[in-house]
Amino acid sequence: MSVLVFVDSSSGKIIKGGFEAINYAKKIADAQSTTVTALVAGSCANISELGEYGANKVLHTANINIADSQVLAKLVVKAAEQENASVIVFSHDLVGRAVAPRVAARLEAGYVAGASSIPDTSFVIRRAVFSGKAFADVEIKTEKKVLSLYPNTFQVEKIGGSADIVPFTPEVGTSRVIVKEQKRKEGEISLPEAEIVVSAGRGMKGPEHWGPIEELAKELGAATACSRPVADIGWRPHHEHVGQTGIAVAPNLYIAVGISGAIQHLAGVNRSKVIVVINKDPEAPFFKAADYGIVGDAFEVLPKLIDAVKKFKASAN
Amino acid sequence: MKLLVCISKVPDTTTKITFTDNNTKFNETGVQYIVNPYDEWYALVRALELKETMGGTVTIVTVGTAADEAVIRKALAIGADEAVRIDANPDDALFVARQIAAYAKDKAFDIIFTGKETIDYNGSQVGGMIAELLDLPFISLASKLDVNGSEATLETDIPGGMQVVTVNLPFVVSAAKGMAEARIPNMRGIMAARTKPLTVVSAFDDKRFTAIKSYSLPPEKKGCKYISADNPAELIDLLHNEAKVI
Ligand SMILES: Cc1cc2nc3c(=O)[nH]c(=O)nc-3n(C[C@H](O)[C@H](O)[C@H](O)COP(=O)(O)OP(=O)(O)OC[C@H]3O[C@@H](n4cnc5c(N)ncnc54)[C@H](O)[C@@H]3O)c2cc1C
Ligand SMILES: Nc1ncnc2c1ncn2[C@@H]1O[C@H](COP(=O)(O)O)[C@@H](O)[C@H]1O
Repeated sequence: MSVLVFVDSSSGKIIKGGFEAINYAKKIADAQSTTVTALVAGSCANISELGEYGANKVLHTANINIADSQVLAKLVVKAAEQENASVIVFSHDLVGRAVAPRVAARLEAGYVAGASSIPDTSFVIRRAVFSGKAFADVEIKTEKKVLSLYPNTFQVEKIGGSADIVPFTPEVGTSRVIVKEQKRKEGEISLPEAEIVVSAGRGMKGPEHWGPIEELAKELGAATACSRPVADIGWRPHHEHVGQTGIAVAPNLYIAVGISGAIQHLAGVNRSKVIVVINKDPEAPFFKAADYGIVGDAFEVLPKLIDAVKKFKASAN
Repeated sequence: MKLLVCISKVPDTTTKITFTDNNTKFNETGVQYIVNPYDEWYALVRALELKETMGGTVTIVTVGTAADEAVIRKALAIGADEAVRIDANPDDALFVARQIAAYAKDKAFDIIFTGKETIDYNGSQVGGMIAELLDLPFISLASKLDVNGSEATLETDIPGGMQVVTVNLPFVVSAAKGMAEARIPNMRGIMAARTKPLTVVSAFDDKRFTAIKSYSLPPEKKGCKYISADNPAELIDLLHNEAKVI
């Protein structure tokens, strides 16, 4: 018996969410006095690091169409059989969202998507519901259990150790999905995984004013985001839209500039650990959800703030 | 083309969330319900656009109780041809998916659409599950979908970028922002919706795989600490020394 973790490496390497899932699986495995087996599909540069985060063994399938959730689900099911795993862990990321539901359906297993707690002894797990406006404690009633961990829920920890890497090449059938084209933007921090997010709204008046927002984000190593109207009018790309009908984020720090704080926006960001609001209207509803606030004109505050960050970084070095 | 769109009912986005029965039930008092935005704005509208250019039918399916029929009529008003309600309480994703898969199994739909996620339970679960149960490809979180003969081309996000994939019909797709532009139902649509067929079928089993034990609300914020607009350096100091997030 072992806890199985599917680790995404679709960008050629394992990223933070994968290590988070391994840490998380390790905690579940410790409670059950068992081990962690990681499953990696496709080419992967840093596979040997998995052991440091808690994997005891890594199954690696180098040759597989990672764009096809159907073959990936077959692969996970075969690995679960081989490892006699009754708990299967994913990250609630793009790949996890495609593959985990298939695995749950195939195994007739209860699935908790976007888990934000370690399962208790009766396998009740907390997850956010109503777009972050509340939490539900969900029990998995089946013997086999599928979980996907919400990104950035726990701090990633290196716990030391090493894992055996074992090639894994079961029969998974032919893929029916063909990849025609892939485009990646180098160096961009992906929004759902970001630890710091700098977000701006209609208060910025126009797309030509986004320079300071991008500069602040760059100085802080943050991802950029925006409110829905800003994406709808086309000032910013759709994938930056956060909120109830956009991406839900849970960074350590969310900085909102010129965003009023409508309930639909808050729903997507209220799991942030710390919220900073910069708005010229002291009555803006966002201040009620904020930890720190600056009442002021963004066009005056931002240059000073960027300066302060630069000075802070210089003094820290 | 025979298209199936899975529609779910969710509380209006402005709903204040509260619970009853010792925090074990969502308090429905005064709650307005809407069609889940992803299902309506993107999945349904793209299905209608495909039907308008290529011919065919758009069926909507909901696993829900009689209380869902107002929301089903709204989706019919936007332009779906007929609706099916599978009569059951949709309280577990795999239960819902198994009902829809059982209904769709022998009906030869070319594309089965779901939304990216429901805005109440936010699982992104049902689409992938239906695909697995019907042994179909699943394209998750597509922001673009075009059909040419028996082949579809779709755009999806990948970590740090996007990809274009092709797949032959039939398949299951979950619709994300970008796939279509929301439509507002007109008077003719609303009138027509009243007489469109809404068939109720019974659930084929009642097996549940998960159960919600209780709900809770996030802790209240302690209140906002204000910093002078002239001195953002103080904010940086607080974020570093007090909040410890930078
Ligand atoms: C069904 C539905 C779903 C929705 N989903 C979402 C969602 O997912 N995400 C989302 O964001 N919204 C969503 N909305 C929209 C939401 O209701 C608000 O309309 C939207 O969030 C407002 O965006 P905003 O704060 O950028 O703009 P506004 O409300 O126009 O606010 C602009 C703010 O900027 C401030 N400001 C102006 N000038 C300056 C300046 N110079 N310096 C500093 N501050 C300034 C103003 O005081 C104001 O508070 C949804 C709405 C509906 C009906
Ligand atoms: N009760 C339901 N009836 C029909 N379709 C549903 C139901 N619940 C969810 N869906 C579909 O599945 C998608 C994903 O839902 P979820 O897995 O709950 O996030 C939704 O956008 C709907 O298209």
